[in-house]
Amino acid sequence: MKTIEQIEKIRNEKRKELELRINPEVVTQEKHILVCRGTGCTSSKSPQIIEKFREILAQKNIENVRVIQTGCFGLCAKGPIVVIRPEETFYAHVKPEDCEEIIETHIINGQKVERLLCKNMDGSIVHKLNELDFYKKQKRIALKNCGTINPEEIDEYIAFDGYKALEKVLTGMSQDDVIDVISKSGLRGRGGAGFPTGKKWSFTKMAESDQKYVVCNADEGDPGAFMDRSILEGDPHCVLEAMAIAGYAIGANQGYIYVRAEYPIAVHRLKVAIQQAREYGLLGKNIFGTDFCFDIDIRLGAGAFVCGEETALLESIEGKRGQPRLKPPYPASQGLFGKPTVINNVETLANITKIILNGAEWYASIGTEHSKGTKVFALGGNVNNVGLVEVPMGTTLREIVYDIGGGIPKGREFKAAQTGGPSGGCIPAEHLDTPIDYESLASIGSMMGSGGLIVMDDTKCMVNLAKFYLEFTVAESCGKCTPCRIGTKRMLEILEKLCSGEATEEDIERLEKLAINIKKASVCGLGQSAPNPVLSTLRYFRGEFTEHAVQKKCRTNECKKIAKIQINQDQCKACGLCQKQCPVGAIDGEGREKRTINQEKCIKCGTCIASCPFKAIK
Amino acid sequence: MNEEMITLTIDGVEVKTKKGNTILQAAREIGIDIPTLCFLKEINEVGDCRMCIVEVEGRRGFATSCIQKVEEGMIVHTNTPEVTEARRIVLDLILSNHAKDCLTCTRLGNCELQKLAERFNVQNIEYAGEMSKHEIDDKSPAIVRDFNKCILCRRCVATCKNVQEIGAIDCIGRGFESCISTMYDCSLNDVDCTFCGQCIEACPTGALHEKEVINEVWKKLKDPETYVVVQTAPAVRVALGEEFDMPIGTNVKGKMVTALKRIGFDKVFDTNTGADLTIMEEANEFMERMQGGGVLPMITSCSPGWVRFAEKNYGELLGHLSSCKSPYQMFGALIKSYFAEKYGIARDKICTVSVMPCIAKKYECSRPEMEVDGARDVDYVLTTRELARMIKQANIDFAVLQDSNFDDPMGEASGAGAIFGTTGGVMEAAIRTAVDTLEGKNIDQIEYKEVRGEKGIKEACLKVAGNEVRIAVSSGLANARKLMEQIKEGKSPYHFIEIMACPGGCVMGGGQPIKSAKVRSSVDVRKLRADSLYEIDEKSAIRKSHENPVMKQIYDEYLEKPGSHLAHKYLHTTYHPMKKYDID
Repeated sequence: MKTIEQIEKIRNEKRKELELRINPEVVTQEKHILVCRGTGCTSSKSPQIIEKFREILAQKNIENVRVIQTGCFGLCAKGPIVVIRPEETFYAHVKPEDCEEIIETHIINGQKVERLLCKNMDGSIVHKLNELDFYKKQKRIALKNCGTINPEEIDEYIAFDGYKALEKVLTGMSQDDVIDVISKSGLRGRGGAGFPTGKKWSFTKMAESDQKYVVCNADEGDPGAFMDRSILEGDPHCVLEAMAIAGYAIGANQGYIYVRAEYPIAVHRLKVAIQQAREYGLLGKNIFGTDFCFDIDIRLGAGAFVCGEETALLESIEGKRGQPRLKPPYPASQGLFGKPTVINNVETLANITKIILNGAEWYASIGTEHSKGTKVFALGGNVNNVGLVEVPMGTTLREIVYDIGGGIPKGREFKAAQTGGPSGGCIPAEHLDTPIDYESLASIGSMMGSGGLIVMDDTKCMVNLAKFYLEFTVAESCGKCTPCRIGTKRMLEILEKLCSGEATEEDIERLEKLAINIKKASVCGLGQSAPNPVLSTLRYFRGEFTEHAVQKKCRTNECKKIAKIQINQDQCKACGLCQKQCPVGAIDGEGREKRTINQEKCIKCGTCIASCPFKAIK
Repeated sequence: MNEEMITLTIDGVEVKTKKGNTILQAAREIGIDIPTLCFLKEINEVGDCRMCIVEVEGRRGFATSCIQKVEEGMIVHTNTPEVTEARRIVLDLILSNHAKDCLTCTRLGNCELQKLAERFNVQNIEYAGEMSKHEIDDKSPAIVRDFNKCILCRRCVATCKNVQEIGAIDCIGRGFESCISTMYDCSLNDVDCTFCGQCIEACPTGALHEKEVINEVWKKLKDPETYVVVQTAPAVRVALGEEFDMPIGTNVKGKMVTALKRIGFDKVFDTNTGADLTIMEEANEFMERMQGGGVLPMITSCSPGWVRFAEKNYGELLGHLSSCKSPYQMFGALIKSYFAEKYGIARDKICTVSVMPCIAKKYECSRPEMEVDGARDVDYVLTTRELARMIKQANIDFAVLQDSNFDDPMGEASGAGAIFGTTGGVMEAAIRTAVDTLEGKNIDQIEYKEVRGEKGIKEACLKVAGNEVRIAVSSGLANARKLMEQIKEGKSPYHFIEIMACPGGCVMGGGQPIKSAKVRSSVDVRKLRADSLYEIDEKSAIRKSHENPVMKQIYDEYLEKPGSHLAHKYLHTTYHPMKKYDID
């Protein structure tokens, strides 16, 4: 149990020690080698890199260099990532066998290992992290500490203003003051629906009860989204601190973090963090010597998508089958075990401490009129810089895809981006300049969702894409209500018919009618949003649906059953390479004859396309 | 009465309704019949099926009218083109995954889904597609589950879990693969199911039904070598008429007996007489226990669902159960002994059939204990519903039948036997006999109102021959559990307890005519049927079991006295602890 003064002392001492992490100008003999220990880099051997660095440093008796594990740096495409501070050198794709050279060249000789440095889009070599195009338009609030601190060291968190917000709240703010600040900041739920956080807290505070709860929704189910995981892995204390603040604001003394069991690193770091916070008295009884008591426990989810829906999540915590409750009553009045409950998403909570410390006005100055602050996106798909990006609300899709994401690989065309995962919709090129916020995304038929952002190039079939997402929702429907349980299955069946050339135009109309009604009649957000991928692809790419139905044609050849591979007779040079490669002898023609494909024999494997040196086959 | 009222508008009609009512209730009050399917009043109010969706002005999305409470000034539309289309699609989707073999379904004509299809004039299934395939579970002797007809309304689950508090069934799997199942997907036969059959009563379709033995019974009836004797339980006569569109609770005893004779049963006996016999034995057993320091409280044993529940959950407390067989089993045993001998009919030529309001009795009659000297006490148990089907098959126009009387020599029964069919009836009947016996005189006060009525647990303290006798009556297994837990903790204050597995007793048994959710919402079915039984009692010349001359005759001619060696041989049984789950 530490007093405010003791915490402050830790903060000041540790801050001096860690100054080099955030200030490249600091004069010091020390160096910190930061190695990403997020899930992505960990699976690419970053633990072995850390071990290797330590081993070499010990061998060489180098004492003023520390090797630190951190959370995610965001630029996952370049992982495993090693950053050396204070000089901010950013090494990409580091392997354990590179460690020796890094120590030798960089640490001992003060040079850069050029081959491990990144290049920007203009071809320039990047020497410092902040020079990377990837980071230029980002503003890291929720991800502030990710990549900077060791998530398993509470002192490092404290050094960067950790638990200062909780102290401020407990020693100088009333419950209403806190809610007021959060309300005025304009913060809205980052889990998808965008409900104003302050309002949620205020409703829960007003509900009268002997017991209330704070629940952190860390059941990140959107495939492709991993910002919540990264925050928990990189900065677990910021979530704990925010939950305690929420607990104070609404009058709760118990919190639960509902986190997927598939996130073992996040779960481990949370356990470590909770333990450390308890030891410091930052969780538990009479925090900072006040009357306020608050503790947090972890509940593991088994990975059902629907358990990200807040009421299904509550059911699951209560030990029941994870399926949604009908609302009203809302959790603010009857939540966990029937008690008033605030449920906030991880990313939402990650903004809280910063708002408390910097003020509502500061936060509200970032973003758009109705969507304040930043949003973290998990950028994936056909984009160069796959990773985690945090941008102010109102940043356009074009900026994210091209300026931050580095554009589309292999010089292909941008076709669409899917936001909000299986619950969201696709955004076509015509809306690339839409400033992204809750309202604008909804107005173009998509949604913010939890922040998955999948970029698709022109090789992607939008009918097939809709089918892909429906396969997911059909598998993840909980089965409670009819429209979602049977309706999504029927939608998928129609999409399968389309993709195999068995559908008619009438089927497209049936599909649309069904989609609209599932949206309206389903019980929970899963069913209500499940048709979005279909409705948005129909909205922007109806022509492709019609092609599948009428001409039995898939322009991308992704739909194998109706794919037609053809050799452009003008471009064919009769080299015969394709013929040699074709595994089923489906290519006709001899000698100098231009080659043609026997459609009856062709199995659409695409080998010929890859083999053609003249790009004559499509 | 100063109840707060709410005013709202539904389809342009202003309605004042009680605060706390749902939109559905308010709409029904003014004759707007919003369709429902998963809704079962006070049991399953979950809003899963989405049939009852309505539009509420100013509200995003549809409201679930079976759950959504009325609010002042609310403007509700139940039939806009949007909501009608959505509801129609919901019904279409349900039908798209339902085995539509209606003509050969036991629920033909009494299926809530079929009624909705008719009401919506469904002429084709717009969204036909892959259908779930499930193996039919017919392992148990009582219940058949055909989940190809299940629409996942979960009324059965809620009944089993919330009303009976057994929880033998629940939803497993996800999405389209969801289905109602048991622990480890075992047969109902091998899990903690008690065969109370309340799930069947709750099911809107033919996904759950009794294991029919109609064909087997017809076969016996057509065999000239077999002497087929039938008996009918007290609760059957006040419900059978419902299957022929008569008002709920109509006493059709006379017509029923006529129909049974026309069907071709060689003798038609009244299980009420068996009930009188049970009282003779059970009252005697109770008095012996009271006077001889036997295990108390003694608990009635005429509800086989309850007995199975006790064997599966309270194996260590089975000594509390009366050793008496249930009335129809006693009666069956006597038909094959006393009756067979008296009339010189070879017992192996006799087939005993019982018409029961019960599902568990189908299981009970197959229990190994239920035979004497190699002869099954009862060969077949038909439910009230099965009897109705047989009557229809036999070209009998039930409504116009003349009345007939049960056959002698075991046709006469007391009013006490009649009230066996409702919760509290066994206790009241037993007390009538026990009090007279203990007091050594004929007591005129024979109605024990404190054990009547719908309450789940009723109790009373009687002064009998200077002693206090504390009694309790419960119906529904959730209440049984409460009383058993009390006994387990050594805190039970009672001497005698009546337990019935089905809420309301046999009149609400799992084998009784199935009432739609809408009827169950608006009519107290239990009361109507029970009142009819109490009326039979009231009008009976004999209202105490021990005063029934048939009893005197049977004991004089055959059994000697209650509790005798022969009585034990034919009329009593034993119980054995059972594994809750029979899983390898």
